[in-house]
Amino acid sequence: MGQRKLISGNHAIAEAAIRAGCRFFAGYPITPSSEIAERLAELLPQYDGIFIQMEDEIASMGAIIGASLTGKKALTATSGPGFSLKQENLGFAIMGEIPVVIVNVQRGGPSTGLPTFPGQQDLMQVRWGRHGDQEIIALVPDSIQESYEFTIKAFNLAEQYRTPVILLTDEVISQMKEQIEIPDDVEIIDREFPSVPPEEYYPFDGSKGLVPPLAPYGEGYRYHITGLAHDKTGFPSSNPKVVREQLERKLNKIRKNRDEIVDVEEFLLEDAEYAIFALGSMARVAKQVTLDLREEGIPIGLLRPLTLWPFCDKELINYAKKLKHIFVVEMNFGQIVGEVERYAGKYTKVDWYGRADGRLIPPREIKDFIKERIHEN
Amino acid sequence: MKTELAKKYLRLEKLPTLWCSGCGHGLILSSLLRALYLLNIEKDKVAMVSGIGCSGRTPGYVDVHTLHTTHGRAIPFATGIKLMKPEFYVLAVMGDGDCAAIGGNHFIHAARRNIDITAIVYNNGIYGMTGGQVSPTTPYGAYASTAPYGQLEEPFDIVELALGAGATFVARSSIDEIPKLDRLIADGIKHKGFSVIDVITICPITFGRRNKLGEDPMMNLRWVQDITVPMKKAKDMSKEELKGKWITGIFRDEDKPNLIDLYLELNKKLKHSMVDESSKEGVEDVRRQDET
Ligand code: SF4
Repeated sequence: MGQRKLISGNHAIAEAAIRAGCRFFAGYPITPSSEIAERLAELLPQYDGIFIQMEDEIASMGAIIGASLTGKKALTATSGPGFSLKQENLGFAIMGEIPVVIVNVQRGGPSTGLPTFPGQQDLMQVRWGRHGDQEIIALVPDSIQESYEFTIKAFNLAEQYRTPVILLTDEVISQMKEQIEIPDDVEIIDREFPSVPPEEYYPFDGSKGLVPPLAPYGEGYRYHITGLAHDKTGFPSSNPKVVREQLERKLNKIRKNRDEIVDVEEFLLEDAEYAIFALGSMARVAKQVTLDLREEGIPIGLLRPLTLWPFCDKELINYAKKLKHIFVVEMNFGQIVGEVERYAGKYTKVDWYGRADGRLIPPREIKDFIKERIHEN
Repeated sequence: MKTELAKKYLRLEKLPTLWCSGCGHGLILSSLLRALYLLNIEKDKVAMVSGIGCSGRTPGYVDVHTLHTTHGRAIPFATGIKLMKPEFYVLAVMGDGDCAAIGGNHFIHAARRNIDITAIVYNNGIYGMTGGQVSPTTPYGAYASTAPYGQLEEPFDIVELALGAGATFVARSSIDEIPKLDRLIADGIKHKGFSVIDVITICPITFGRRNKLGEDPMMNLRWVQDITVPMKKAKDMSKEELKGKWITGIFRDEDKPNLIDLYLELNKKLKHSMVDESSKEGVEDVRRQDET
């Protein structure tokens, strides 16, 4: 059995990053994520790693991409306003297919918003914040235990699919302390080294699979990476066929592997006629609501995405076909409900409850809303 | 030496360059290659990082680890590489807009932290790739597509900026003094710390045409001769006479602890103290640490 430890969400992320093999962190102070940087400033030099506080969020994102190209695992952490600034180089990491992990500890927005209060207002920023077409992987823990585990998973997915991965938490989960169990054994996935000699190596060659290996700097593989549309060699190309094929491969390496990536928690759904759809800290509240309503005799369950992106469309449709009604609860003015309606709307009724004022929505309110809707129908 | 050098460091199959004929960028690239050659640097130990603009295309032609990043961000990417590969020679090639406008913050902070990166600025005072808009180094009064009545703002002096921010090797040269430029770049690469080489160059197509120099590279080169003054000569010139001129030479060459060495020292120190502590469990596993 693993060791037990009382720890905050932010510190759990920092320690899990070290465990995952992360040896580089570049960041910029921002509430409520700064404790991740602070803990890593202390830990990384002890592990032959490097911590650097950069001059801004944009630079932090650039620095972790540079560090990752040397073959090391790299992390940055921020909150909504900082995440907005990271979008530019995050787009570059997607285009250049460079594995990095970005933690976004959500707070209330827009703009400076509510620095010390939670929000779930970055769900779409994570998905579509950059220009251009792309797929992104985003994981959403609802506890400190999951903050630890998903951090390791985020690094694994980043290396496996050669792509940036977002760990999306919020102010509540980041600041709260919980007892967690640190697993004795964890699976660590490292980057695939090219199987061909340097003369035959192309950093974007999809002929042997959707995820071409990324050679670390200094090993004889000298190649070019650009944010411009490029061919398999990494050099710019505006040939429509080449551009389309490269972009499609970048999308497909995530789309075609979505079954491997996507994960949901199905809570009391087996015999359910109703379901709540909620994620992150709101899912913790929703879980209590589910239990309370069950006590009152309402056959309800909870569907909780652990992977926000790619979206759990299949899993949702599967339940939508059996359910009478799905209630989406989120700490914003209507973001993920659009996706739920898009997939479940054809099969069942979808209703939404949410707001964004920096406070978790209390169980009582959610219960009243659900009971009212059930009653109306 | 020429063909040997070209064969060694160029990606010959990528030539010709996309630069306009008469552009100064090719001269800086060849200086850069000669500097690498002079120092006999192993290709596998070089990373060349650029931003966006005509200068940004430089790395594509050089057979080292090359990274063509986002506009103004060459230095942050280079910082990540250098920190994880201390044995690498890391070069950041930037245009004047790249370095002093959108990337200005990165530039001054790299200078302040004295990270061992060599920054080479292709300073032609214009945004060439986007069609000739004013840049932060466009001379006062010069014409540009976004300054049709002449530039009303004073230009940034990249050398002063680097000096003020704490860079430990700072030099300015131009495409008019090529053999000297080779050596200056080599000195910058050799220097342990943040080095800046501000290279005054030309964009006949978008600057020359609008500023009565035409597309003729010789006319444009004469303009470079006219606006640059060697440090020695500048000493005897008045402030008035130096107005609108760029002084060339080495402004600072200083030995000072650089970030990488300081960091490596710290890592070593911590490791030693950890080894001492390892008898009582140490940090071998972060799981065993008490939360602090
Ligand atoms: S636009 Fe100007 S700077 Fe760019 S390649 Fe042409 S001449 Fe050179």
